[in-house]
Amino acid sequence: MNTATPTDPGITETERAELRRHGILLTGLEELYNWGRSHSVWPLNFGLACCAIEMIAASMAKFDIARFGSEVFRPSPRQADLLIVSGTVTKKMAPQVVRLWNQMPEPKYCIAMGACAISGGPFKQGYNVLKGIDRYIPVDIYIPGCPPRPEALLHGLVQLQEKIRRQAISGPEAPRHLRAEGDCNCPIPECGAHDLEPPQNAALWPVPPALVRPTRT
Amino acid sequence: METLAQLRDRLLARFPAAEVTVVTNPSPSAQHALRVDAHHAREIAGFLRDDPALQLDQCTNVTGIDWPEKEVVDAVRTTVPDPAGGTPRVVEEKIKRLEPGRLEVVYHLYSIALRHGPVVLRLVTGNRTDAVTLPSLTPVWRSCEFQEREVFDLFGVAFEGHPDLRRILMWDGFQDHPMRRDYREPDDYEWEPTPHGDVLAKAKRHYPAPAPSAP
Repeated sequence: MNTATPTDPGITETERAELRRHGILLTGLEELYNWGRSHSVWPLNFGLACCAIEMIAASMAKFDIARFGSEVFRPSPRQADLLIVSGTVTKKMAPQVVRLWNQMPEPKYCIAMGACAISGGPFKQGYNVLKGIDRYIPVDIYIPGCPPRPEALLHGLVQLQEKIRRQAISGPEAPRHLRAEGDCNCPIPECGAHDLEPPQNAALWPVPPALVRPTRT
Repeated sequence: METLAQLRDRLLARFPAAEVTVVTNPSPSAQHALRVDAHHAREIAGFLRDDPALQLDQCTNVTGIDWPEKEVVDAVRTTVPDPAGGTPRVVEEKIKRLEPGRLEVVYHLYSIALRHGPVVLRLVTGNRTDAVTLPSLTPVWRSCEFQEREVFDLFGVAFEGHPDLRRILMWDGFQDHPMRRDYREPDDYEWEPTPHGDVLAKAKRHYPAPAPSAP
């Protein structure tokens, strides 16, 4: 590809690769900063259900999440960059998950791991399970599976690294924590008499448009 | 171990004021139960635990059953003699009666010492609304504690004498009892690709049926 990147418009990718072969690294601040960030994503040491077992397996020697710089599972949300929602989020647990998310410093990312964290999974129509953590906090990467294999988690992590590397550090494309008007906190739902109140964060989860039931042909 | 009928007779001899009945289970498992009145349940439970021939020292399972109020039709056959002297006619009469709603708590008891069991014990509440108090058997079998809390949480049976009767699965401010048959969960249906059964009924309520296409 011979197009100039927006970070250094005067030079093409091939020319940069050519320079790299001669031992000269040419980069921009944004690229360097994001490269560094993307290889030290520290997850929160937090598991909810059986997906957490796969997450633990991913951090062990065989799958070795340390290859991607994410082996430092932090016991405190104050030190973590990544919330892996690994498992079923019950309605009783959901306020605590949102509170943990609010306690994490920006820049922070969220991976919804497994069918339950994405949509409620096999417990979707039950009375006690949240139908997806994206009703309350913004999710960056969804990893389907029940539970996903450790390889799938690693793939999700690599996708997240790609996403981090594409983030702008200034300008209108900058993520929420770099903008003055951005509010990083999510409102914590209350445990009401019959359900969580509110049942979703309206800013994140707009009420879906009315669908028409498909007919069987 | 003695049969349930023998056990019932022994209990009635020991506690003459108690009501003990054998509830037969017609299914292939044939796990028959002893229904015990709530007033004497604690004494009877203590007897079952301490009696040297039974020594039911382990309560493995406590669960609840919800019986909503329902209409039962009983067919009663009466023989009417023919006044003319012919063969008597058999008249079948259908009598409707209202079976009152009630909650039931079931205890499964085993003996570790004598290696027998289970003996199934059933307690029945007066109704489903205000007379839902039953004696707690936690003072007799400590293992009942969390399971009685679960029955309290999901069925709404109040256990008198329980050391720590709080909800165990749902949060404290929750007001419903989700395992009761008339429980309606919050109306937060979401689209399902292949709904069936109850979920299909929900889908029909939530999504408009497609408009009939022009012929």
